[in-house]
Amino acid sequence: MTQLTFARAINAGLRKSLENDSKVVLLGEDIGALGGVFRVTDGLQKDFGTHRVVDTPLAESAIVGTAVGLAYRGYRPVLEIQFDGFIYPAFDQIVSQVAKLHYRTRGAVKMPITIRVPFGGGIGSPEHHSESPEAYFTHTSGLRVVAVSNPQDAYTVIQQAISCDDPVLYFEPKRRYHDKGEVDESAALASALPMDKARVLTEGTDATLVAYGPLVKTALDAAAAAADEGISLEVIDLRSLAPVDYDAVVASVRKTGRLVVTHEAGQSGGLGAEVAASITERCFYHLEAAPVRVTGFDIPYPYSKLEMHHLPGLDRILDGVDRALGRPNSLSGLEG
Amino acid sequence: MSTDETGHGGAITPENAGASTAAGQEFLQLITPAGERISHPEFDSWVRDITDEQLCSLFEDMTVIRRIDVEATALQRQGELALWPPLLGQEAAQIGSGRAMRADDFVFSSYRENGVAYCRGVDLTDLLRVWRGNASGGWDPYGINMATPQIIIGAQTLHATGYAMGIQNDGADAVAVTYFGDGATSEGDVNEAMVFAASFQAPVVFFCTNNHWAISEPVGLQSHIHLAERATGFGIPSLRVDGNDVLAVMAATRLALDRARRGGGPTFIEAVTYRMGPHTTADDPTRYRDANELEDWAAKDPISRLASLLDRKGLLTAELQQQVQDKADSVAAEMRRGCTTMPDPEPMDVFKHVYSTPNSWLERQQDHYARYLASFGDPAGAVSEEGAR
Ligand SMILES: Cc1ncc(C[n+]2csc(CCOP(=O)(O)OP(=O)(O)O)c2C)c(N)n1
Repeated sequence: MTQLTFARAINAGLRKSLENDSKVVLLGEDIGALGGVFRVTDGLQKDFGTHRVVDTPLAESAIVGTAVGLAYRGYRPVLEIQFDGFIYPAFDQIVSQVAKLHYRTRGAVKMPITIRVPFGGGIGSPEHHSESPEAYFTHTSGLRVVAVSNPQDAYTVIQQAISCDDPVLYFEPKRRYHDKGEVDESAALASALPMDKARVLTEGTDATLVAYGPLVKTALDAAAAAADEGISLEVIDLRSLAPVDYDAVVASVRKTGRLVVTHEAGQSGGLGAEVAASITERCFYHLEAAPVRVTGFDIPYPYSKLEMHHLPGLDRILDGVDRALGRPNSLSGLEG
Repeated sequence: MSTDETGHGGAITPENAGASTAAGQEFLQLITPAGERISHPEFDSWVRDITDEQLCSLFEDMTVIRRIDVEATALQRQGELALWPPLLGQEAAQIGSGRAMRADDFVFSSYRENGVAYCRGVDLTDLLRVWRGNASGGWDPYGINMATPQIIIGAQTLHATGYAMGIQNDGADAVAVTYFGDGATSEGDVNEAMVFAASFQAPVVFFCTNNHWAISEPVGLQSHIHLAERATGFGIPSLRVDGNDVLAVMAATRLALDRARRGGGPTFIEAVTYRMGPHTTADDPTRYRDANELEDWAAKDPISRLASLLDRKGLLTAELQQQVQDKADSVAAEMRRGCTTMPDPEPMDVFKHVYSTPNSWLERQQDHYARYLASFGDPAGAVSEEGAR
């Protein structure tokens, strides 16, 4: 076991993948000498060379589009998109090409492309640096989407993503990059929890609280605070956003009868809506209250002085829990 | 002269430019690094009207924007700004082009053109709003005929081209000017902008500030030929100018603006300069950049170059220096005051301007959040930084 920051854990996972498979190549802007703007690829170009760790020109569509060609040629490209808001120039390549080539070629062509995206807010950045674009991709069939929430998972899941034959969008919660955690670098990948499975982090009986990425820590803090008030929350780290491990959520909601989903992305068309609808379909007779969403607002990500109002914090999550439990809350007395 | 850091050598003549740089020259230059005014048969005419007094005023502008830049960097270090993108070293490129424009021309820039915004008459407090985290846009674009700075690399070149197509439709003689970096020339948007501009012969000037670096990536990674040469492939005449020479930049920009006004279509200008500071205050150039390179470029400093020229002309008097210093001091003080006294935005401002007309969908979220804040009794203090973590 070693203590690693989130960023170092991803770095260690990338290093392991580069060592284990000569077909793994990294591409992105500033990932070489600089080690990426968040230093996630620090030292990798020095150790693996400029053909394995490639600084690309400033062209996101080209980063993804050339990865398609590399994959055709048998490579396993791992791409870094510098910030969430810069993925859109590559959107067409991702949703029209990367996602569909396996289907289009009736399985003849594999697209083992991993796209790393630092995402989410809370770091006081200007526009385009704090977005949560995951729903655009979960809406696109053929893509796998994961969001990691702790250094151990970050280390393991990046390797699982790289060795997966499907394209994977790997979302990294940038405001957690400096958080430290225990990482077991020796554990066999084969024995690790598959990346498409959710994980129950705290067992509880009163309500199920579903989170992913940056809000997992907030959800755990909320559960601890709720416990002080005698409320027992079961926190689930979704981990995989596409496909969603509904069996895990269903099992939990059958037990608790109540569901709260939280994410930073805006509410409309977000993943929380999908989870709430699916659970309502599958657990209608087990639910004791309507599922509750605690999310960002349906607004462009706000300037940094106000981002704490947009991001669901511990108190807003607890307010949502109160709603699900029918306890006094900020919306008490309101109808519909 | 070792201006060509790309290692791709070779003199560039601005084909189709209606004027060419002198044989053997890397780029158009009217003032040498030593401050000597050299004449150029075709380009001299574009700055012939510049009086001694105007030269002094260009010197003042460059000094002031450097001072603004240094002050903003200090404000960032003091925690008053969240981030700042320094323009240190790019003063001649910004002032030379900024002072060439007319009030009815319209600028679409990147985040680094604070000196151009100064030329457009931006209110200094407005300049800082975005970087303090108080707003998504610092000013009303129509107030100074300059769009709010673009962060998505290269996107603004398309906007400029579209604006120029509008000018053309209207039969006006204004020009759209777009600023972008060397790295930006690799983006699809910039290339598509050049396709449209050439196809429609739109009155747009592509002003590429080649400051040699795109964060950690040297310009040689973006292109194997001079950036100015790329434009000719799109059918757009181009000019490569010494970006640390304020007169050369001004001459080239005036030529390009004039061509656009007279229906001659787009022009691409590559201003060869150097980013002396970090990419932003969050960047650490020592990880990727050789200190010697910085020294070489410091010797070509645009401001001391103009100062040397003024000195040769006997214009760099103690009085002038004092006057310029006073102006820089007062502008910096004004900006600092504007920054530190800027009121914080109100929580409910997050819901403003999402749509031009209200809709019940968002109003409901707004209402719910207002109730949430009210449930704490003290709306202002209710949501702490920690609450969001
Ligand atoms: C589409 C997009 N990709 C990546 C970035 C991140 N980024 C911000 S500035 C920058 C370098 C830009 O270099 P250049 O165009 O040369 O302009 P300079 O900053 O040097 O003036 C990068 C990669 C971005 N803002 N937008």
